[in-house]
Amino acid sequence: MKEIRWHGRGGQGAKTVSQLLAVALLTEGHYVQAFPEYGPERSGAPVQAYDRIDDKPIRLHCAVTHPSLVVVLDAGLLAEVPVTLGLPADGLLLINSPDAAAQIGERLHFGGRIITVPGDRLAVAAGTHFANVVLLGAAAQVLGEPGLETLVQAAQDGMKKLSPAAQEASIRAIRSGYAAIDTQRRAYA
Amino acid sequence: MPAEARENPLSARMQLLTGAEAAAHAMRQINPDVVSVYPITPQTPIIQTFAKFVADGEVDTEIINVESEHSAMSAAVGAAQAGARTMTATASQGLALMIEIVYIAASMRLPIVMAVGNRALSGPINIHCDHADSMLARDSGMVQILTENAQEAYDFMVIAPRLAEHPEVMLPVLVGQDGFTITHSAEPVSLLPDEQVRRFVGDYRIPYPLLSGEVVTQGPFAMPDYYFEIKAQQVRAMQAAAQVFDDLSEAYEAYSGRRYQAVEGYRLDDADRALILMGSSAGTAKDVVDQLRAKGEKVGLAQVRLFRPFPAAASSSTVSASSPSPAFSL
Repeated sequence: MKEIRWHGRGGQGAKTVSQLLAVALLTEGHYVQAFPEYGPERSGAPVQAYDRIDDKPIRLHCAVTHPSLVVVLDAGLLAEVPVTLGLPADGLLLINSPDAAAQIGERLHFGGRIITVPGDRLAVAAGTHFANVVLLGAAAQVLGEPGLETLVQAAQDGMKKLSPAAQEASIRAIRSGYAAIDTQRRAYA
Repeated sequence: MPAEARENPLSARMQLLTGAEAAAHAMRQINPDVVSVYPITPQTPIIQTFAKFVADGEVDTEIINVESEHSAMSAAVGAAQAGARTMTATASQGLALMIEIVYIAASMRLPIVMAVGNRALSGPINIHCDHADSMLARDSGMVQILTENAQEAYDFMVIAPRLAEHPEVMLPVLVGQDGFTITHSAEPVSLLPDEQVRRFVGDYRIPYPLLSGEVVTQGPFAMPDYYFEIKAQQVRAMQAAAQVFDDLSEAYEAYSGRRYQAVEGYRLDDADRALILMGSSAGTAKDVVDQLRAKGEKVGLAQVRLFRPFPAAASSSTVSASSPSPAFSL
C-alpha cells in the first residue's frame, strides 16, 4: 500500500487533488481512498489531505501516519507545519517551490529525497493561480501512475463546475507539472 | 477513454464516493416521498448531495427545510403519519435535539429512516466520530445499524426502508456511518442499478394512514395499562427486527452479492483474544488481526453491525464459540 499526505491551506485545493488522483488511480484499476483532515475550517489555515493506494480492497480507516510521499502545495507551510513528520528515510518530499531541493533539505534538516517544482510560476503560465493541479501532475509523474491522459480525464470529469477557460488552464497546469519532473527522478515508483 | 483505463473491471463497477454521497445516492434511488432536513456537521453532505438530486429533478421527493432538528423529526413524524415514505438525517447535537420525538416516532410505529453521520456529543464541542449520539437513542425504540465503510453505508440505506416498513417491525431505523472517517472519506463504491433498488425496496402503504378518510386517533394519551401494552408491542417489534434484518440481508445478497451479518466473526476460530467493535474501526482492526495472526497471535474480531436490537444470542455464540474466556461472554 502506498500512502500520500498533501499539505496545503484551506482553499488551495488539497482535498480536490487528493480526490482527482484517487479517481484516476481507480480508473486504472487500483483500490483507493482519499480523505481530508478536518479541524476548525478556516480559509488559509493549514490543512492536510490523504490518499491510500493498494491492489486489494482497503479496510484501514485510521489516520495516515507514515506516508511514503508528502506533497506540499505552499512552501510557506514549511515554517509552520512539520511536513516531514512520519516520512521515512526512503520517502519523498515533493514541494511547490522555486528553490533548489538541497536548500530546502538544509532548512528542514531532512536527509531524504526532495523534489521541488516551481508550481506557482507554472500555474500562472498555464493561466491559473492554483498550484495544486501542477503538483497533482508532478505527483503522478513521481508515482509512475496514473497515466497523464487518465489524470486529465479525471480532472475534466471532476471540474465540470469550472468555466471552460478555467478547466483548460487546470489541464494545462496538470500537464506542465507532469512534464516538470525529470523522468530520471521517477525512481520512487 | 485513455488507453490505461480501457476494459478495467474495477472502475466499470465502482465509483469514487464519500460515505455521505453514497447514502445520498441510495436516497436518490429510493426516491422517498418526504425528506425533512436541517444541516449539521458531519451529516450535511448527505442532505446537501440529496438536495441537489431534488433540485436537478432526478427525484420528486418533497424536501422540508426546517429550523431545527426537533422540527426535522417532528416534520418526519407528520409526513410518516400521512403515509409518506419518510427520511431524515442528522448527527451529534442534532440527534440529541431530536430525541424526544424519536421516542414518539417509535411508539407511533412510524418507519422513518434516519441517516446519521456519527459524531461525538458536546462537550467539549467536537466534530469528530464516536457513537455517543446514536447511543443516546439506544432505548428510544429505533432500530440501529452501524456501518463500516461507504459501501455498507449505501447498502444499508437501501435495506433500511424495507426493514422499517416490514409489517412485523414498523419502527424508525437509524443507519450510522462514522463522521468524517466515512462521511467525508472517498472510496470505491458499487451502486446497484436504479431499477434494481426500486424493485428491492418496492412500494409502501402505511397500514393506518392519517388521511384515509376514516376517523383515526394517533399518538393519544395512554394510561399505564395501555402505555404498558404499547411498550410491550414495541418490544416485540424490536425483537422481530433481528430476524427481518437477516432475511433482508439474504434478499439483498441476491441483488448485490454482498451478505451482511448482524454480528460477524473475523478470524475468531481458535482465538483466545478478540476485539468487539462497531463502525469503521472494525475495518482497521481486521488489518491488525491479520498482522498479529501473521506473527502467530491467536486474535480475532467480532463486528457488531446491528446495535438495536442487540443480537445478544448471535454475539454470544460468535465470540464464546471461539473463546472460553468469560471476558467475551455477552
